[in-house]
Amino acid sequence: MTVLDFINHLLRRQKPSGTMARQRLQLVLAHDRSDLNPELLDQMRREILEVVQRYVEIDIESCDVSLETEDRVTALLANLPIKRTREFPLPSGSSAFGSGPSAGIAVASAEISVIGGPSPSPAAAPAETGEASAASQP
Amino acid sequence: MTTASARIILICSGKGGVGKTTLTANLGIALARLGKTVAVLDADFGLRNLDLLLGLENRIIYTAQEVLAKTCRLDQALVKHKQQPNLALLPAGNPRMLEWLTPEDMQTIAGLLAERSDYVLIDAPAGIEQGFKNAAAASREAIVITTPEVSAVRDADRVIGLLATMDVRPVQLVLNRVRPKMMANQEMLAVDDVTDILALPLLGLVQEDERVIVSTNRGEPLTLEANPSPAGQAYLNIARRLCGEEIPLIDPSKKRHGLRVRLINKLRKTTGLF
Ligand SMILES: Nc1ncnc2c1ncn2[C@@H]1O[C@H](COP(=O)(O)OP(=O)(O)O)[C@@H](O)[C@H]1O
Ligand SMILES: [Mg+2]
Repeated sequence: MTVLDFINHLLRRQKPSGTMARQRLQLVLAHDRSDLNPELLDQMRREILEVVQRYVEIDIESCDVSLETEDRVTALLANLPIKRTREFPLPSGSSAFGSGPSAGIAVASAEISVIGGPSPSPAAAPAETGEASAASQP
Repeated sequence: MTTASARIILICSGKGGVGKTTLTANLGIALARLGKTVAVLDADFGLRNLDLLLGLENRIIYTAQEVLAKTCRLDQALVKHKQQPNLALLPAGNPRMLEWLTPEDMQTIAGLLAERSDYVLIDAPAGIEQGFKNAAAASREAIVITTPEVSAVRDADRVIGLLATMDVRPVQLVLNRVRPKMMANQEMLAVDDVTDILALPLLGLVQEDERVIVSTNRGEPLTLEANPSPAGQAYLNIARRLCGEEIPLIDPSKKRHGLRVRLINKLRKTTGLF
């Protein structure tokens, strides 16, 4: 940097472009990496709820399924409040929106981590190396 | 020299023109100089260049296409380098090959090359389309090369995401066209910025170097020289690190500066103004 550059910097008080580059990249990559088409996300959300409901009754109103990204790892966070567990799982494909007295509400949470960022197209399924965990206290 | 021990390495970037082919040519020669048997495969069927950079363009008779069609043997298609006969090039076939080539075809070719080599380097096409996916399907590990520019880093990130879903690993990073002065002045992404953002281990730093252009003109990779220029030395170091040698990586933008630059940088840090 020449003295003239230096004085220009002082006068403009502009951030150096390298710093701007880093900040802009971080923003754009956070978006790129969690880029899952909203339609697909919605379809996945519905299918997850369908499966879970075969085993437990959940409080549909307060269910939340969303994506979060941190350090190259995008996680699917599902927060599914459980009304009660079913004695016998319903067969697949059956509608689970059922009746039944609601026992105390418990919370199940599942985490599926998709490592390595977004998949390019729905056809190329991302490798889901992840864990799913659920907890419930009836 | 067995299939099991051969390392099949994809050289890719996402963005075009960041230095994949230059790296493949120089790394191939450098590994050959270290006594390894190397096959380099030009998987950029659309825009093939590896033959030119290696100075082998006039000696091509057959290509990967004839090998796949079994109209010639692999050793008939391979072009040996005159000065470094440990290195052989398998040229890319006709660009129309892109229309029918499958990942399995690429695996077949890479498998054949692996039988007779310690290292198989695959020069990937730019982009993340089928041509890239075919090349990645045939590779076990990868080197992602990028420059310290936003567009190149962003594209590299896409490629890294794809490689992870394809189980290619390890993936290491080469940062090319580094300009130490601009980095020191914070007018370019810093080495740490790029490695932090992409979260990959750094395999090498290659400076911007006019000699790269001169060597391309001649078809003689820099790593052929006895006393290589800075970029040539960087390619040699990358080869050594690949072979497991521990060679310290020196960030050229953090070298000790003259008094004036140091004073300015100090002021910059303490005031935080600019
Ligand atoms: N370290 C470097 N210093 C100067 N020029 C370089 C350097 N690396 C690559 N280049 C130049 O950049 C251009 C693109 O390089 P190339 O290896 O063909 O990229 P790719 O295969 O990724 O498209 C070439 O003109 C090459 O000479
Ligand atoms: Mg190229």
